[in-house]
Amino acid sequence: MSVGAQPPPGAGIEEYRPVFADKTLERLNEILTRYPTRQAALLPALWLVQEARGWISDRNMAEVAEVLGLTPAYVKGVVTFYTMYHQHPVGKHFVQVCTTSPCNICGAEAVVRALLDATGAKELGATSPDGKWTVVEVECLGACGFATPVLVDDDFIESVTPETVPQLVSRYQ
Amino acid sequence: MGYPHKPHPKETVVLSKHFGEADAKSYKGWVKRGGYRALERALATEPAKLIETVKESGLRGRGGAGFPTGLKWSFMPREKKKPHYLCVNADESEPGTFKDREIMRWTPHALLEGTAIAAHAIQAEVAYIYIRGEFTEPWAAMEKALTEARAAKVFGDIQIYLHRGAGAYICGEETALMNSIEGKRGNPRIKPPFPAAAGLFGLPTTINNVETLAAVPHILTNGAAWYKGLSLSSPKSTGTKLFSVCGHVQQPGNYEVTMGFPLKDLVYELCGGMRPGRTLKACIPGGSSVPILDRAETESCLLDYEGVVERGSMLGSGGVIVFDDSTDMVYQIMRLARFYAHESCAQCTQCREGTAWTTKILERILAGQGTLADLDLLLDLSENMTGKTICVLSDSCAAPVVSGIKKFKSEFEAYIAGRRKPVMVA
Repeated sequence: MSVGAQPPPGAGIEEYRPVFADKTLERLNEILTRYPTRQAALLPALWLVQEARGWISDRNMAEVAEVLGLTPAYVKGVVTFYTMYHQHPVGKHFVQVCTTSPCNICGAEAVVRALLDATGAKELGATSPDGKWTVVEVECLGACGFATPVLVDDDFIESVTPETVPQLVSRYQ
Repeated sequence: MGYPHKPHPKETVVLSKHFGEADAKSYKGWVKRGGYRALERALATEPAKLIETVKESGLRGRGGAGFPTGLKWSFMPREKKKPHYLCVNADESEPGTFKDREIMRWTPHALLEGTAIAAHAIQAEVAYIYIRGEFTEPWAAMEKALTEARAAKVFGDIQIYLHRGAGAYICGEETALMNSIEGKRGNPRIKPPFPAAAGLFGLPTTINNVETLAAVPHILTNGAAWYKGLSLSSPKSTGTKLFSVCGHVQQPGNYEVTMGFPLKDLVYELCGGMRPGRTLKACIPGGSSVPILDRAETESCLLDYEGVVERGSMLGSGGVIVFDDSTDMVYQIMRLARFYAHESCAQCTQCREGTAWTTKILERILAGQGTLADLDLLLDLSENMTGKTICVLSDSCAAPVVSGIKKFKSEFEAYIAGRRKPVMVA
Protein backbone atom coordinates (compact mmCIF):
# COMPACT_ATOMS: atom_id res chain seq x y z
CA MET A 1 0.00 0.00 0.00
CA SER A 2 1.50 3.31 -0.99
CA VAL A 3 1.04 6.33 1.19
CA GLY A 4 -0.87 8.15 -1.52
CA ALA A 5 -3.31 5.28 -1.92
CA GLN A 6 -4.63 5.37 1.63
CA PRO A 7 -8.41 5.09 1.87
CA PRO A 8 -10.16 8.45 2.21
CA PRO A 9 -11.73 9.23 5.58
CA GLY A 10 -15.31 8.11 5.46
CA ALA A 11 -18.02 6.07 7.11
CA GLY A 12 -16.48 3.56 9.49
CA ILE A 13 -12.91 4.49 8.64
CA GLU A 14 -11.11 6.69 11.06
CA GLU A 15 -8.72 9.22 9.66
CA TYR A 16 -5.12 8.10 10.11
CA ARG A 17 -3.31 9.97 12.82
CA PRO A 18 0.38 10.15 11.99
CA VAL A 19 2.72 8.86 14.69
CA PHE A 20 5.44 11.31 13.76
CA ALA A 21 4.00 14.59 14.93
CA ASP A 22 4.84 16.94 17.80
CA LYS A 23 7.08 15.35 20.45
CA THR A 24 7.52 12.06 18.60
CA LEU A 25 8.62 13.89 15.48
CA GLU A 26 11.07 15.92 17.54
CA ARG A 27 12.48 12.71 18.98
CA LEU A 28 12.86 11.21 15.52
CA ASN A 29 14.60 14.33 14.26
CA GLU A 30 17.07 14.12 17.13
CA ILE A 31 17.69 10.43 16.33
CA LEU A 32 18.34 11.30 12.69
CA THR A 33 21.31 13.47 13.75
CA ARG A 34 23.10 10.34 15.02
CA TYR A 35 23.43 8.61 11.66
CA PRO A 36 24.80 9.51 8.24
CA THR A 37 21.74 8.01 6.48
CA ARG A 38 17.98 8.30 7.12
CA GLN A 39 17.61 4.54 6.70
CA ALA A 40 19.74 3.95 9.80
CA ALA A 41 16.98 5.52 11.90
CA LEU A 42 14.61 2.70 10.89
CA LEU A 43 14.92 0.51 13.99
CA PRO A 44 14.64 3.48 16.38
CA ALA A 45 11.67 4.84 14.37
CA LEU A 46 9.88 1.50 14.63
CA TRP A 47 10.45 1.51 18.38
CA LEU A 48 8.84 4.95 18.55
CA VAL A 49 5.81 3.63 16.64
CA GLN A 50 5.45 0.64 18.93
CA GLU A 51 5.80 2.85 21.98
CA ALA A 52 3.05 5.17 20.70
CA ARG A 53 0.60 2.62 19.30
CA GLY A 54 1.42 -0.66 21.05
CA TRP A 55 2.01 -2.43 17.74
CA ILE A 56 3.05 -1.66 14.17
CA SER A 57 0.32 -1.76 11.51
CA ASP A 58 0.82 -1.77 7.75
CA ARG A 59 -0.36 1.83 7.73
CA ASN A 60 2.28 2.70 10.36
CA MET A 61 4.93 1.01 8.22
CA ALA A 62 3.86 3.12 5.26
CA GLU A 63 4.22 6.25 7.36
CA VAL A 64 7.70 5.22 8.55
CA ALA A 65 8.65 4.51 4.94
CA GLU A 66 7.50 7.94 3.84
CA VAL A 67 9.29 9.73 6.66
CA LEU A 68 12.59 7.91 6.04
CA GLY A 69 12.46 7.80 2.24
CA LEU A 70 12.04 4.02 2.02
CA THR A 71 9.35 1.81 0.50
CA PRO A 72 6.61 0.23 2.63
CA ALA A 73 7.70 -3.21 1.38
CA TYR A 74 11.25 -2.57 2.56
CA VAL A 75 10.04 -1.49 5.98
CA LYS A 76 7.85 -4.57 6.26
CA GLY A 77 10.83 -6.73 5.37
CA VAL A 78 12.71 -5.28 8.30
CA VAL A 79 9.78 -5.40 10.74
CA THR A 80 9.21 -9.09 10.04
CA PHE A 81 12.88 -9.91 10.64
CA TYR A 82 12.92 -8.70 14.25
CA THR A 83 10.80 -10.59 16.75
CA MET A 84 10.24 -7.73 19.19
CA TYR A 85 8.13 -5.68 16.78
CA HIS A 86 4.46 -6.60 17.12
CA GLN A 87 2.67 -6.94 13.82
CA HIS A 88 -0.67 -7.47 15.59
CA PRO A 89 -2.23 -5.87 18.65
CA VAL A 90 -1.18 -7.56 21.90
CA GLY A 91 -2.51 -7.45 25.44
CA LYS A 92 -1.95 -4.42 27.66
CA HIS A 93 0.88 -6.33 29.27
CA PHE A 94 3.21 -8.32 27.04
CA VAL A 95 5.01 -11.13 28.85
CA GLN A 96 8.13 -12.82 27.46
CA VAL A 97 9.41 -15.94 29.18
CA CYS A 98 12.76 -17.52 28.44
CA THR A 99 12.57 -21.27 27.82
CA THR A 100 15.99 -21.90 26.24
CA SER A 101 18.07 -24.76 27.62
CA PRO A 102 19.69 -23.12 30.71
CA CYS A 103 16.30 -21.86 31.95
CA ASN A 104 14.58 -24.98 30.70
CA ILE A 105 16.59 -27.23 33.04
CA CYS A 106 15.69 -24.88 35.90
CA GLY A 107 11.95 -25.24 35.36
CA ALA A 108 11.02 -22.54 32.81
CA GLU A 109 8.25 -24.61 31.28
CA ALA A 110 6.43 -24.73 34.62
CA VAL A 111 6.76 -20.94 34.85
CA VAL A 112 5.13 -20.61 31.43
CA ARG A 113 2.21 -22.81 32.50
CA ALA A 114 1.77 -20.82 35.72
CA LEU A 115 1.78 -17.55 33.77
CA LEU A 116 -0.76 -18.76 31.21
CA ASP A 117 -2.95 -19.81 34.10
CA ALA A 118 -2.60 -16.76 36.34
CA THR A 119 -3.07 -14.25 33.51
CA GLY A 120 -6.00 -16.06 31.92
CA ALA A 121 -4.21 -15.96 28.55
CA LYS A 122 -4.40 -19.79 28.56
CA GLU A 123 -2.58 -20.23 25.25
CA LEU A 124 0.84 -19.04 24.10
CA GLY A 125 0.56 -15.96 21.91
CA ALA A 126 -3.14 -15.50 22.67
CA THR A 127 -4.51 -12.51 24.57
CA SER A 128 -6.56 -12.99 27.73
CA PRO A 129 -10.31 -12.29 27.36
CA ASP A 130 -9.98 -9.07 29.36
CA GLY A 131 -7.37 -7.83 26.88
CA LYS A 132 -4.79 -7.46 29.62
CA TRP A 133 -2.26 -10.18 28.94
CA THR A 134 -0.34 -11.82 26.15
CA VAL A 135 2.26 -14.43 27.10
CA VAL A 136 4.94 -15.70 24.73
CA GLU A 137 7.92 -18.04 25.01
CA VAL A 138 11.16 -16.48 23.80
CA GLU A 139 14.67 -17.70 23.21
CA CYS A 140 17.46 -16.70 25.61
CA LEU A 141 16.88 -13.41 27.47
CA GLY A 142 20.54 -13.22 28.53
CA ALA A 143 20.00 -13.72 32.24
CA CYS A 144 20.60 -17.48 32.50
CA GLY A 145 22.00 -17.29 36.03
CA PHE A 146 18.70 -15.85 37.20
CA ALA A 147 16.39 -18.55 35.88
CA THR A 148 13.66 -18.01 34.98
CA PRO A 149 13.80 -14.42 33.70
CA VAL A 150 10.52 -12.87 32.61
CA LEU A 151 10.07 -9.60 30.78
CA VAL A 152 6.73 -7.89 31.54
CA ASP A 153 6.60 -4.96 29.13
CA ASP A 154 9.90 -3.21 29.99
CA ASP A 155 10.22 -4.69 33.48
CA PHE A 156 12.90 -7.39 33.63
CA ILE A 157 12.09 -9.79 36.47
CA GLU A 158 14.66 -12.37 37.55
CA SER A 159 14.38 -15.78 39.22
CA VAL A 160 10.65 -16.30 38.65
CA THR A 161 9.24 -19.61 39.86
CA PRO A 162 5.70 -21.03 39.52
CA GLU A 163 5.21 -20.09 43.18
CA THR A 164 6.05 -16.40 42.65
CA VAL A 165 3.92 -16.06 39.50
CA PRO A 166 0.57 -15.15 41.17
CA GLN A 167 2.22 -12.34 43.13
CA LEU A 168 4.01 -11.09 40.02
CA VAL A 169 0.77 -11.01 38.03
CA SER A 170 -1.13 -9.27 40.83
CA ARG A 171 1.35 -6.39 40.70
CA TYR A 172 -0.04 -5.46 37.30
CA GLN A 173 -3.74 -5.97 38.05
CA MET B 1 17.72 -7.45 42.20
CA GLY B 2 21.12 -7.34 43.79
CA TYR B 3 24.32 -8.94 42.64
CA PRO B 4 24.07 -12.49 43.87
CA HIS B 5 27.37 -13.02 45.62
CA LYS B 6 30.36 -11.50 47.34
CA PRO B 7 33.67 -12.25 45.63
CA HIS B 8 35.05 -15.69 46.45
CA PRO B 9 38.67 -15.61 47.73
CA LYS B 10 39.77 -17.41 44.56
CA GLU B 11 38.28 -14.74 42.31
CA THR B 12 40.45 -11.98 40.84
CA VAL B 13 38.08 -9.04 40.65
CA VAL B 14 39.06 -6.40 38.11
CA LEU B 15 35.99 -5.86 35.94
CA SER B 16 33.55 -6.96 38.60
CA LYS B 17 35.15 -5.11 41.50
CA HIS B 18 32.29 -2.62 41.73
CA PHE B 19 29.41 -4.91 40.80
CA GLY B 20 26.63 -4.44 43.31
CA GLU B 21 27.65 -0.91 44.35
CA ALA B 22 24.76 1.34 43.33
CA ASP B 23 26.95 4.44 43.63
CA ALA B 24 29.40 3.15 40.98
CA LYS B 25 26.72 3.66 38.31
CA SER B 26 26.86 7.44 38.59
CA TYR B 27 29.48 9.62 36.97
CA LYS B 28 30.56 11.04 40.32
CA GLY B 29 30.76 7.60 41.88
CA TRP B 30 32.81 6.31 38.95
CA VAL B 31 35.26 9.21 39.09
CA LYS B 32 35.58 8.64 42.84
CA ARG B 33 36.68 5.08 42.03
CA GLY B 34 39.39 6.31 39.70
CA GLY B 35 37.24 6.26 36.58
CA TYR B 36 37.98 8.27 33.44
CA ARG B 37 41.63 8.88 34.37
CA ALA B 38 42.78 6.29 31.84
CA LEU B 39 40.66 7.98 29.18
CA GLU B 40 42.10 11.39 29.95
CA ARG B 41 45.60 10.05 29.47
CA ALA B 42 44.61 8.04 26.41
CA LEU B 43 43.18 11.07 24.64
CA ALA B 44 46.58 12.72 25.03
CA THR B 45 48.39 9.66 23.66
CA GLU B 46 49.19 8.76 20.05
CA PRO B 47 46.69 6.15 18.76
CA ALA B 48 49.52 3.87 17.54
CA LYS B 49 50.96 3.79 21.05
CA LEU B 50 47.64 2.72 22.55
CA ILE B 51 47.35 -0.07 20.00
CA GLU B 52 50.87 -1.21 20.90
CA THR B 53 50.02 -1.35 24.61
CA VAL B 54 46.88 -3.40 24.01
CA LYS B 55 48.81 -5.73 21.71
CA GLU B 56 51.45 -6.25 24.39
CA SER B 57 48.82 -7.00 27.03
CA GLY B 58 47.66 -10.07 25.10
CA LEU B 59 43.99 -9.04 25.44
CA ARG B 60 41.76 -11.17 23.22
CA GLY B 61 38.15 -10.64 22.18
CA ARG B 62 35.73 -11.73 24.89
CA GLY B 63 32.71 -12.06 22.61
CA GLY B 64 33.59 -15.61 21.62
CA ALA B 65 36.19 -15.64 18.87
CA GLY B 66 39.18 -14.72 21.05
CA PHE B 67 40.84 -12.64 18.34
CA PRO B 68 43.73 -10.46 19.62
CA THR B 69 42.25 -7.01 20.26
CA GLY B 70 45.34 -4.91 19.55
CA LEU B 71 45.89 -6.73 16.27
CA LYS B 72 42.28 -6.09 15.28
CA TRP B 73 42.69 -2.38 16.01
CA SER B 74 45.88 -2.30 13.94
CA PHE B 75 43.97 -3.45 10.84
CA MET B 76 42.31 -0.03 10.64
CA PRO B 77 43.89 2.35 8.09
CA ARG B 78 46.70 4.26 9.77
CA GLU B 79 46.30 7.19 7.52
CA LYS B 80 42.73 8.30 7.84
CA LYS B 81 41.12 9.20 4.56
CA LYS B 82 37.46 8.51 5.35
CA PRO B 83 35.38 8.47 8.55
CA HIS B 84 36.13 5.55 10.89
CA TYR B 85 33.55 3.84 13.08
CA LEU B 86 33.60 1.79 16.26
CA CYS B 87 30.79 -0.66 16.99
CA VAL B 88 30.33 -2.08 20.45
CA ASN B 89 28.69 -5.46 20.53
CA ALA B 90 26.28 -5.46 23.47
CA ASP B 91 23.86 -7.82 21.75
CA GLU B 92 24.65 -10.52 24.32
CA SER B 93 22.30 -13.36 23.36
CA GLU B 94 24.41 -16.51 23.51
CA PRO B 95 22.56 -18.97 25.75
CA GLY B 96 24.47 -19.31 29.00
CA THR B 97 26.07 -15.88 28.79
CA PHE B 98 25.07 -12.89 30.94
CA LYS B 99 28.30 -11.04 31.72
CA ASP B 100 27.94 -7.98 29.48
CA ARG B 101 24.55 -7.40 31.04
CA GLU B 102 26.20 -7.15 34.47
CA ILE B 103 28.96 -4.85 33.22
CA MET B 104 26.37 -2.46 31.79
CA ARG B 105 24.01 -2.69 34.76
CA TRP B 106 26.64 -2.05 37.42
CA THR B 107 29.53 -0.28 35.74
CA PRO B 108 28.16 1.50 32.66
CA HIS B 109 30.95 4.08 32.81
CA ALA B 110 33.58 1.31 32.54
CA LEU B 111 32.16 0.44 29.13
CA LEU B 112 31.87 4.09 28.07
CA GLU B 113 35.47 4.73 29.09
CA GLY B 114 36.76 1.68 27.21
CA THR B 115 34.65 2.64 24.21
CA ALA B 116 36.08 6.15 24.05
CA ILE B 117 39.64 4.86 24.41
CA ALA B 118 39.13 2.35 21.60
CA ALA B 119 37.51 5.00 19.40
CA HIS B 120 40.55 7.22 19.89
CA ALA B 121 42.93 4.33 19.18
CA ILE B 122 41.28 3.52 15.85
CA GLN B 123 40.62 7.19 15.04
CA ALA B 124 36.85 6.85 15.00
CA GLU B 125 34.76 9.90 15.64
CA VAL B 126 31.56 7.94 16.20
CA ALA B 127 30.90 4.83 18.26
CA TYR B 128 27.60 2.94 18.32
CA ILE B 129 26.83 0.69 21.26
CA TYR B 130 24.37 -1.94 20.00
CA ILE B 131 22.34 -3.20 22.96
CA ARG B 132 19.89 -6.07 22.52
CA GLY B 133 16.26 -4.97 22.72
CA GLU B 134 15.41 -7.13 25.73
CA PHE B 135 18.07 -5.49 27.92
CA THR B 136 15.83 -2.77 29.30
CA GLU B 137 17.69 -2.36 32.57
CA PRO B 138 21.21 -2.22 31.10
CA TRP B 139 19.86 0.22 28.49
CA ALA B 140 18.52 2.56 31.19
CA ALA B 141 21.83 2.41 33.11
CA MET B 142 23.84 3.08 29.95
CA GLU B 143 21.59 5.93 28.85
CA LYS B 144 21.86 7.66 32.21
CA ALA B 145 25.63 7.19 32.33
CA LEU B 146 26.03 8.47 28.79
CA THR B 147 24.03 11.61 29.55
CA GLU B 148 26.16 12.32 32.63
CA ALA B 149 29.47 11.65 30.91
CA ARG B 150 28.49 13.79 27.93
CA ALA B 151 27.61 16.66 30.24
CA ALA B 152 31.03 16.28 31.86
CA LYS B 153 32.61 16.47 28.38
CA VAL B 154 34.95 13.55 28.97
CA PHE B 155 34.89 12.12 25.45
CA GLY B 156 36.72 14.90 23.59
CA ASP B 157 35.48 14.93 19.99
CA ILE B 158 34.19 11.38 20.13
CA GLN B 159 30.43 10.83 19.82
CA ILE B 160 28.94 7.77 21.47
CA TYR B 161 25.39 6.65 20.67
CA LEU B 162 23.26 3.77 21.90
CA HIS B 163 21.39 1.70 19.33
CA ARG B 164 18.62 -0.67 20.41
CA GLY B 165 18.24 -4.09 18.81
CA ALA B 166 14.82 -5.66 18.35
CA GLY B 167 15.11 -9.35 19.07
CA ALA B 168 17.53 -11.20 16.79
CA TYR B 169 20.37 -13.39 18.09
CA ILE B 170 22.10 -13.17 14.74
CA CYS B 171 22.73 -9.45 15.21
CA GLY B 172 25.53 -10.46 17.57
CA GLU B 173 27.41 -11.54 14.43
CA GLU B 174 29.58 -8.55 13.56
CA THR B 175 28.42 -7.80 10.04
CA ALA B 176 24.76 -8.56 10.85
CA LEU B 177 25.06 -6.02 13.65
CA MET B 178 26.34 -3.44 11.18
CA ASN B 179 23.46 -4.15 8.81
CA SER B 180 21.08 -3.77 11.72
CA ILE B 181 22.50 -0.33 12.61
CA GLU B 182 22.13 0.64 8.96
CA GLY B 183 18.40 -0.09 9.20
CA LYS B 184 18.48 -3.43 7.42
CA ARG B 185 17.51 -7.00 8.17
CA GLY B 186 20.23 -8.54 10.32
CA ASN B 187 21.79 -10.75 7.66
CA PRO B 188 25.52 -11.44 8.01
CA ARG B 189 27.67 -10.28 5.10
CA ILE B 190 30.12 -12.31 3.07
CA LYS B 191 33.72 -11.60 4.11
CA PRO B 192 35.97 -10.22 2.69
CA PRO B 193 35.74 -7.31 2.74
CA PHE B 194 36.43 -7.31 6.45
CA PRO B 195 35.02 -4.52 8.63
CA ALA B 196 38.38 -2.72 8.89
CA ALA B 197 38.23 -2.18 5.12
CA ALA B 198 34.49 -1.80 4.60
CA GLY B 199 32.28 -2.09 7.67
CA LEU B 200 29.51 0.14 8.94
CA PHE B 201 28.12 2.34 6.12
CA GLY B 202 30.88 0.82 3.96
CA LEU B 203 33.59 2.60 5.94
CA PRO B 204 36.51 1.32 8.04
CA THR B 205 35.05 -0.14 11.23
CA THR B 206 36.21 -2.02 14.29
CA ILE B 207 33.82 -4.02 16.41
CA ASN B 208 34.55 -5.11 19.97
CA ASN B 209 32.66 -6.90 22.72
CA VAL B 210 31.58 -5.13 25.93
CA GLU B 211 33.87 -7.13 28.23
CA THR B 212 36.86 -6.58 25.94
CA LEU B 213 36.43 -2.81 26.05
CA ALA B 214 35.75 -2.75 29.80
CA ALA B 215 39.20 -4.32 30.30
CA VAL B 216 41.02 -1.65 28.30
CA PRO B 217 41.08 1.16 30.93
CA HIS B 218 42.59 -1.30 33.44
CA ILE B 219 45.33 -2.24 30.96
CA LEU B 220 46.24 1.40 30.41
CA THR B 221 46.19 2.16 34.12
CA ASN B 222 48.16 -0.86 35.34
CA GLY B 223 50.25 -1.57 32.27
CA ALA B 224 50.42 -4.31 29.66
CA ALA B 225 52.89 -6.33 31.74
CA TRP B 226 50.49 -6.48 34.68
CA TYR B 227 47.69 -7.78 32.46
CA LYS B 228 49.96 -10.25 30.75
CA GLY B 229 51.03 -11.53 34.14
CA LEU B 230 47.43 -12.48 34.92
CA SER B 231 47.69 -15.92 33.40
CA LEU B 232 47.71 -19.28 35.17
CA SER B 233 48.40 -21.60 32.28
CA SER B 234 48.85 -20.69 28.63
CA PRO B 235 50.75 -17.42 28.09
CA LYS B 236 48.53 -16.89 25.03
CA SER B 237 45.54 -16.28 27.29
CA THR B 238 45.99 -13.29 29.55
CA GLY B 239 44.03 -11.22 32.03
CA THR B 240 40.86 -12.02 33.88
CA LYS B 241 37.64 -13.34 32.39
CA LEU B 242 34.07 -13.15 33.58
CA PHE B 243 32.44 -16.55 33.57
CA SER B 244 28.66 -16.67 33.68
CA VAL B 245 27.66 -19.91 35.33
CA CYS B 246 24.09 -21.21 35.09
CA GLY B 247 22.08 -24.38 35.19
CA HIS B 248 22.35 -26.97 37.95
CA VAL B 249 24.76 -25.29 40.37
CA GLN B 250 23.97 -24.09 43.86
CA GLN B 251 25.10 -20.50 43.26
CA PRO B 252 24.79 -19.42 39.67
CA GLY B 253 26.13 -16.01 38.71
CA ASN B 254 29.16 -14.23 37.30
CA TYR B 255 32.61 -15.12 38.58
CA GLU B 256 35.79 -13.35 37.54
CA VAL B 257 38.92 -15.47 37.52
CA THR B 258 42.38 -15.35 36.02
CA MET B 259 42.76 -17.09 32.66
CA GLY B 260 43.76 -20.70 33.12
CA PHE B 261 41.60 -21.24 36.23
CA PRO B 262 40.37 -24.83 36.65
CA LEU B 263 36.75 -25.30 35.53
CA LYS B 264 36.39 -27.88 38.29
CA ASP B 265 37.10 -25.27 40.98
CA LEU B 266 34.73 -22.81 39.35
CA VAL B 267 31.88 -25.28 39.42
CA TYR B 268 32.48 -27.09 42.70
CA GLU B 269 33.96 -24.33 44.87
CA LEU B 270 32.94 -20.90 43.61
CA CYS B 271 29.47 -22.00 42.51
CA GLY B 272 28.93 -24.35 45.45
CA GLY B 273 28.73 -27.49 43.33
CA MET B 274 25.67 -29.55 42.53
CA ARG B 275 22.40 -29.71 44.42
CA PRO B 276 22.42 -32.26 47.27
CA GLY B 277 22.43 -35.82 46.00
CA ARG B 278 23.19 -34.84 42.44
CA THR B 279 26.32 -35.32 40.34
CA LEU B 280 27.62 -33.46 37.32
CA LYS B 281 26.73 -35.02 33.99
CA ALA B 282 27.80 -32.49 31.39
CA CYS B 283 28.96 -28.93 30.92
CA ILE B 284 28.98 -26.46 28.06
CA PRO B 285 31.94 -24.19 28.84
CA GLY B 286 31.63 -21.31 26.38
CA GLY B 287 28.02 -20.55 25.55
CA SER B 288 25.65 -22.90 23.73
CA SER B 289 27.59 -22.76 20.43
CA VAL B 290 30.50 -24.89 21.63
CA PRO B 291 30.80 -28.68 22.02
CA ILE B 292 29.50 -30.27 25.22
CA LEU B 293 32.03 -31.65 27.73
CA ASP B 294 31.37 -34.78 29.74
CA ARG B 295 32.15 -35.03 33.43
CA ALA B 296 35.78 -36.17 33.09
CA GLU B 297 36.54 -33.47 30.54
CA THR B 298 34.88 -30.83 32.71
CA GLU B 299 36.84 -31.83 35.78
CA SER B 300 40.19 -31.68 33.97
CA CYS B 301 39.59 -28.54 31.93
CA LEU B 302 41.54 -25.31 32.36
CA LEU B 303 39.65 -22.14 31.52
CA ASP B 304 41.66 -20.39 28.88
CA TYR B 305 41.46 -20.37 25.08
CA GLU B 306 43.98 -23.19 24.70
CA GLY B 307 42.89 -25.24 27.71
CA VAL B 308 39.29 -25.63 26.61
CA VAL B 309 40.34 -26.49 23.05
CA GLU B 310 42.54 -29.23 24.50
CA ARG B 311 39.42 -30.80 26.01
CA GLY B 312 37.63 -30.65 22.66
CA SER B 313 35.54 -27.55 23.12
CA MET B 314 36.00 -23.76 23.08
CA LEU B 315 36.15 -20.95 25.62
CA GLY B 316 33.69 -18.93 23.53
CA SER B 317 31.92 -16.24 25.51
CA GLY B 318 32.56 -17.86 28.89
CA GLY B 319 28.96 -18.88 29.41
CA VAL B 320 29.17 -22.06 31.48
CA ILE B 321 26.02 -24.22 31.44
CA VAL B 322 26.08 -27.05 33.98
CA PHE B 323 23.86 -30.12 33.66
CA ASP B 324 23.47 -32.60 36.53
CA ASP B 325 22.48 -36.26 36.35
CA SER B 326 18.78 -35.41 36.29
CA THR B 327 19.14 -33.89 32.82
CA ASP B 328 17.60 -35.42 29.73
CA MET B 329 20.41 -34.63 27.30
CA VAL B 330 18.36 -35.49 24.21
CA TYR B 331 15.67 -33.03 25.21
CA GLN B 332 18.16 -30.27 26.02
CA ILE B 333 20.05 -30.77 22.76
CA MET B 334 16.68 -30.48 20.97
CA ARG B 335 16.05 -27.20 22.85
CA LEU B 336 19.42 -25.88 21.70
CA ALA B 337 18.79 -26.95 18.11
CA ARG B 338 15.39 -25.28 18.28
CA PHE B 339 17.11 -22.08 19.43
CA TYR B 340 19.31 -22.06 16.33
CA ALA B 341 16.40 -22.95 14.06
CA HIS B 342 14.49 -20.00 15.49
CA GLU B 343 17.44 -17.62 15.18
CA SER B 344 18.70 -18.61 11.70
CA CYS B 345 18.52 -15.58 9.41
CA ALA B 346 17.65 -18.05 6.63
CA GLN B 347 20.10 -16.68 4.05
CA CYS B 348 22.07 -19.91 3.63
CA THR B 349 20.31 -23.13 2.73
CA GLN B 350 22.55 -25.32 4.91
CA CYS B 351 21.55 -23.28 7.96
CA ARG B 352 17.89 -22.55 7.20
CA GLU B 353 17.12 -26.17 6.31
CA GLY B 354 19.77 -27.79 8.49
CA THR B 355 18.72 -26.21 11.78
CA ALA B 356 15.04 -26.92 11.07
CA TRP B 357 15.60 -30.56 10.12
CA THR B 358 17.97 -31.15 13.01
CA THR B 359 15.21 -29.98 15.35
CA LYS B 360 12.56 -32.10 13.63
CA ILE B 361 14.69 -35.25 13.74
CA LEU B 362 15.46 -34.70 17.43
CA GLU B 363 11.75 -34.23 18.12
CA ARG B 364 11.03 -37.45 16.26
CA ILE B 365 13.57 -39.32 18.39
CA LEU B 366 12.08 -37.84 21.58
CA ALA B 367 8.61 -38.94 20.44
CA GLY B 368 9.87 -42.53 20.26
CA GLN B 369 9.60 -42.58 16.47
CA GLY B 370 13.30 -42.36 15.68
CA THR B 371 15.56 -45.03 14.26
CA LEU B 372 19.26 -45.70 14.73
CA ALA B 373 19.78 -44.40 11.19
CA ASP B 374 18.54 -41.01 12.44
CA LEU B 375 21.72 -40.63 14.47
CA ASP B 376 23.84 -41.04 11.33
CA LEU B 377 21.48 -38.70 9.52
CA LEU B 378 21.99 -36.06 12.23
CA LEU B 379 25.77 -36.41 12.01
CA ASP B 380 25.67 -36.22 8.23
CA LEU B 381 23.45 -33.16 8.39
CA SER B 382 25.76 -31.54 10.95
CA GLU B 383 28.75 -32.12 8.72
CA ASN B 384 26.99 -30.31 5.91
CA MET B 385 26.22 -27.45 8.28
CA THR B 386 29.81 -26.93 9.37
CA GLY B 387 32.16 -24.54 7.59
CA LYS B 388 29.82 -24.06 4.64
CA THR B 389 27.86 -20.92 5.39
CA ILE B 390 28.31 -17.12 5.50
CA CYS B 391 28.46 -17.06 9.32
CA VAL B 392 28.89 -19.72 12.01
CA LEU B 393 25.30 -19.97 13.27
CA SER B 394 24.81 -23.29 11.54
CA ASP B 395 28.15 -24.60 12.86
CA SER B 396 26.93 -23.59 16.31
CA CYS B 397 23.83 -25.73 15.95
CA ALA B 398 25.95 -28.69 14.87
CA ALA B 399 28.39 -28.43 17.81
CA PRO B 400 26.07 -29.61 20.64
CA VAL B 401 24.43 -32.20 18.34
CA VAL B 402 27.67 -33.88 17.26
CA SER B 403 29.27 -33.80 20.71
CA GLY B 404 25.98 -34.83 22.31
CA ILE B 405 25.57 -37.91 20.14
CA LYS B 406 29.21 -38.84 20.67
CA LYS B 407 29.17 -38.50 24.44
CA PHE B 408 25.60 -39.35 25.39
CA LYS B 409 24.66 -41.85 22.71
CA SER B 410 22.99 -44.24 25.11
CA GLU B 411 20.33 -41.63 25.91
CA PHE B 412 19.44 -41.29 22.24
CA GLU B 413 19.38 -45.08 21.87
CA ALA B 414 17.10 -45.39 24.88
CA TYR B 415 14.43 -43.28 23.16
CA ILE B 416 14.87 -45.13 19.89
CA ALA B 417 14.59 -48.55 21.55
CA GLY B 418 11.53 -47.49 23.55
CA ARG B 419 13.30 -47.77 26.91
CA ARG B 420 12.48 -44.15 27.68
CA LYS B 421 8.98 -42.74 27.87
CA PRO B 422 8.34 -40.71 24.70
CA VAL B 423 8.21 -36.96 25.06
CA MET B 424 5.80 -35.11 22.83
CA VAL B 425 7.28 -31.74 22.05
CA ALA B 426 4.87 -28.83 21.93
